[in-house]
Amino acid sequence: MIFLRRQLPLLITLVTGLLFAAQYYVPHPASEQMLTSATKWLQIVGGFALILGVTSLFHQHAVKIRRQEAGWGYSLVLYVGMLGTIAVGLWTNGKESVEGTMTAFGWIYNYMMVPLQGTMFAILAFFIASAAYRSFRAKSREAAVLLVAAVIVMMGRVPLGEYLIPLSGDVSSWILNVLNSSVRRAILIGVSLGAVALSFKIIFGVERSYLGGGKE
Amino acid sequence: MVVWTLLVFGWLCSSALAQISISAPQDMRVFDTPSDGGGSLTVQWAPSSWDGPDARYQVLAGDAAVTDPAALTIIAEFPGNSKYVKDAKTAWWTRNVDKTWHQVLVRSAKGFEVKDGIFYAVAVAAVQGDQRVFSQVLVASPSPDWFNWNQLNNLIIALSFGGLVFYSISYAKRHEIFLRRIPGLDAVDEAIGRATELGKPILYLTGAHDLHDPSTIAAAVILGKVAKRAALYETELLVPHREPITMAVCQEITKQAYLEAGKPDLFKEDANFFITADQFSYTAAVDGIMLRKKPAANFFMGAYFAESLLLTETGASTGAIQIAGTDSDHQLPFFVTTCDYTLIGEELYAASAYLSKEPVQIGTLLGQDIGKAVVLSAIGIGIVLATVGAVTGAQWPQLFLDLLRDLK
Repeated sequence: MIFLRRQLPLLITLVTGLLFAAQYYVPHPASEQMLTSATKWLQIVGGFALILGVTSLFHQHAVKIRRQEAGWGYSLVLYVGMLGTIAVGLWTNGKESVEGTMTAFGWIYNYMMVPLQGTMFAILAFFIASAAYRSFRAKSREAAVLLVAAVIVMMGRVPLGEYLIPLSGDVSSWILNVLNSSVRRAILIGVSLGAVALSFKIIFGVERSYLGGGKE
Repeated sequence: MVVWTLLVFGWLCSSALAQISISAPQDMRVFDTPSDGGGSLTVQWAPSSWDGPDARYQVLAGDAAVTDPAALTIIAEFPGNSKYVKDAKTAWWTRNVDKTWHQVLVRSAKGFEVKDGIFYAVAVAAVQGDQRVFSQVLVASPSPDWFNWNQLNNLIIALSFGGLVFYSISYAKRHEIFLRRIPGLDAVDEAIGRATELGKPILYLTGAHDLHDPSTIAAAVILGKVAKRAALYETELLVPHREPITMAVCQEITKQAYLEAGKPDLFKEDANFFITADQFSYTAAVDGIMLRKKPAANFFMGAYFAESLLLTETGASTGAIQIAGTDSDHQLPFFVTTCDYTLIGEELYAASAYLSKEPVQIGTLLGQDIGKAVVLSAIGIGIVLATVGAVTGAQWPQLFLDLLRDLK
């Protein structure tokens, strides 16, 4: 049992980890074919895993409706929306339009899903304003530096700002291309080394907490 | 008078240039392109004294049985001062001729297919005006290779870094290693404690990616530590997911954390739950959870995109203590401005070591730090070499710079 729960997954991780790390250095079509097949398998497994997800979602909201927890009405809306969309999707064979005429499925997608997604994305503008208001209050030296840099960059990125303060364009570019880029690259170097080290630990079984289970 | 003289001189020069006769491409060679996946031949020939924008080269290819170059198909035509070895994306240790030589790859094109294992006749023609001079016809066959020698530097550095990591782990088992404070991780206990005091849940997100991304794995590993403490303090844990496989893995991790904490009875299977894979639908759902359940502590670990600010700003409005950790450098400013603590980049990967204090984990951090020192030294040496090369015009610094180039 311990072999199935612990050693076998570690063995599979070791073999596949080394195999796909080596794949990067092998240009042979067989190597490319192996990667393509593995990617397809991952997609298939991911498709089946969606059943797990949907089951979890239905269970979660069924419990809420049954117990009539606070906000259980939203769970009901989710059930109606989800089952309704699936039914309409099956009825129209998943087509958004037939001979130029929009189907019910297309209507749901274009007039409900897309505007709702757009609304969520649009809220970002207001959240940026409120986050900027809190962050740019010059309470500390660091916040003051952030405020000054942000004002210069904002002025330099819009035509009116550059018209009012001609130097702001060049200073803004310098801040973005020199200061910002160098810091980003430093972060990326650290991230890359961290990711490679973690990959080594996972491949060779040093890091195994992602499997669940203890240290046996 | 001066202008007139110059015009006459210019006319005489251009006439002289037009009369220069071109010669057949010299030292031509055709062979299977090394370090490739097949379906390609490499043609090389020496530069000529008359190479320039006025003269052109034609690369011709066809059936191996053809001996007359004029009967071959033209597959490439370009000015005489282009297509050099130095333009190709090959490393200096794989070059077999000087980088000033011409080089063209013969691949499948419209009306001409290059297949592995079949021999093809290849020739090069030099063209200027009405003149057209052919090289000899050579025959070669393409085949795929099992190793890309251009990436040898990458392999050596990856293996060296791997060796360094394992040496550091063995070193850390024998010696005590100093670990600098990471305020964001020190605050984990504070955040869980606060949630316990207030009797409110802890919200933990594992990011937008699935488990193919190391940052999601790091987030899942940290979840184990957070879940263990949440179990000890008997605080409710909510982990909404965007990806079902990540959810299944996190369920196992959480279950084990509750077992290790000696509170298996408190474990709830639905602490980890799936919402949707859609970015903004997920965001709306998590925002709703934040506003309805008002968690006292929010953890945002892993990879994030445009949803980062939508999540953290909503969390900030509920008064929750927020700890973020991400390697998505483009989202870092949003996390820094809206969260109480942010694990920047590699700190996310260091979190597991920091929280567990296991020598094996801490040794990895030592390896990473040595790796960073090496990268920093390489950048410093690269700057000096590039400057020396630019000032003196010497070619040797380029060899070392090429060694460090394209390590991705």
